[in-house]
Amino acid sequence: MPKTESAGAVHWQPCAGADILTLRAALLARIRAYFRQQAVLEVDTPQLSRAASTDPAIESFSSVFTGPGSADGLPLYLHTSPEFFMKRLLAAGSGPVYQLAHVFRNGELGSRHNPEFMMLEWYRPGMDHRDLMDDVDRLLAFVLEGYTDYRPARRLTYRQWFLDATGLDPWSDTVADFRRFAERQLESVPRGLDGHALEPWLDLLVSHYLEPALGDQPVFVYDYPPGQAALARVRPGKVPVAERFELYIKGIELANGFHELADAGQQRQRFETENQAREQAGQAALPIDCKLLAALQSGLPDCAGVAMGFDRLVMVAAGLPDIAAAMPFPFDRV
Amino acid sequence: MATYSTNEFKSGLKIMLDGDPCSIIENEFVKPGKGQAFNRVKIRNLKNGRVIERTFKSGESVEAADVMETDLQYLYTDGEFWYFMDPVSYEQVPADATAVADAVKWLKEQDSCVVTLWNGAPISVATPNFVTLKVTETDPGVRGDTSGGGGKPATLETGAVVRVPLFIDIGETIKVDTRTGEYVGRAKD
Repeated sequence: MPKTESAGAVHWQPCAGADILTLRAALLARIRAYFRQQAVLEVDTPQLSRAASTDPAIESFSSVFTGPGSADGLPLYLHTSPEFFMKRLLAAGSGPVYQLAHVFRNGELGSRHNPEFMMLEWYRPGMDHRDLMDDVDRLLAFVLEGYTDYRPARRLTYRQWFLDATGLDPWSDTVADFRRFAERQLESVPRGLDGHALEPWLDLLVSHYLEPALGDQPVFVYDYPPGQAALARVRPGKVPVAERFELYIKGIELANGFHELADAGQQRQRFETENQAREQAGQAALPIDCKLLAALQSGLPDCAGVAMGFDRLVMVAAGLPDIAAAMPFPFDRV
Repeated sequence: MATYSTNEFKSGLKIMLDGDPCSIIENEFVKPGKGQAFNRVKIRNLKNGRVIERTFKSGESVEAADVMETDLQYLYTDGEFWYFMDPVSYEQVPADATAVADAVKWLKEQDSCVVTLWNGAPISVATPNFVTLKVTETDPGVRGDTSGGGGKPATLETGAVVRVPLFIDIGETIKVDTRTGEYVGRAKD
């Protein structure tokens, strides 16, 4: 029998007090009220899937099903976002949908990260990422009323953000330029960052230099470098950009939205490129979601979608410095 | 060579950085939603006490530092080294002036100190927060003045100079707070 801890030393109590539990319930109710008013359908999709996110920056938890039809064990992955199932609903003609889902990300634990957290994710057919930023503004003004004075977020392209803060252009300046800037401006530059890939240097400067300077007011950063497209579509042009946005409030990265990539061939290519990057970095390649690709093949309506960290929204509403304080049972209590 | 991955980082962990032993004070996990994760760490250099900030790529490994804090008894100095003894094994370790640093002002024979050893050699010495030392030199005491107002300098048996109340005389033993270098009171015999 597994050893049990002695009762005296065990923190069985929840972390959040009655005030935070009440706040969570109130925010959930307002989110549902907003979407009811907007005629967006609440849905509920599986957390376990045969396929996983191949994003090299996101690690899935995995488990094994053993039972009828799977005597030898079937590997399953806990979702890191409900995106793939929700897109299959959209492709099947669901119309606008939202979901409040617990999602799971291995390796992520800190003052703004908990390995299991609640995601508010929604999709709007007929909208692009700019329309969806308006929608996010409307939702937050409605949901946060009385908790914090939410004003529509300032909008700033990723390129302008870098030009203003560093004088460097992520579309034309080189890895060497960004490295030099980091070495000059940051107290410390980590060893082992790839000398050829630009993205890790951009990530370093975003998290250590640009984000801390954003201030408390809400800001949308949008139109990302194509290398950070994830599942967003890339708008071709002289300076091609990924139609993606991030929302920051009080320095907290609260939401990430895309004008969704609908091209099955491009999506397959991205999955495969990500799996190659995983293998090069010593991570395992993961099963690609062929059912999502088939759904895209059959036709995803032109739509935009966004994922918002619900527990971070609680942090913003209550002015909490640590995500653990926003949760009934954070990681050290499970 | 023992190493720690960033996932083992926590406050108090001893690691090697630029050839010096260091202790982690604070470890923060930083990650954009779709990007590279980092550990932003506050670190104290155990040789010079300086605190610096370092960023590591999450998953990176760093060399462990063989650092130990031990309670040792101060024996004597020959001018070049200060000798400490393990009260259990009677083993003696010499510490140089860099390791002893400011503690030298408060080192009294037979006092117990916390000596930080790196690869078995002392790199820093911490005296107790309070020490009792004899006054070897000061202006004559002003009898009857127990107010302590004003005060005067007094040289102690270790050479340290502290401000004491006017009524303290040569030969008296006083208690000093080594963290502030301030007189606390007369030592009770």
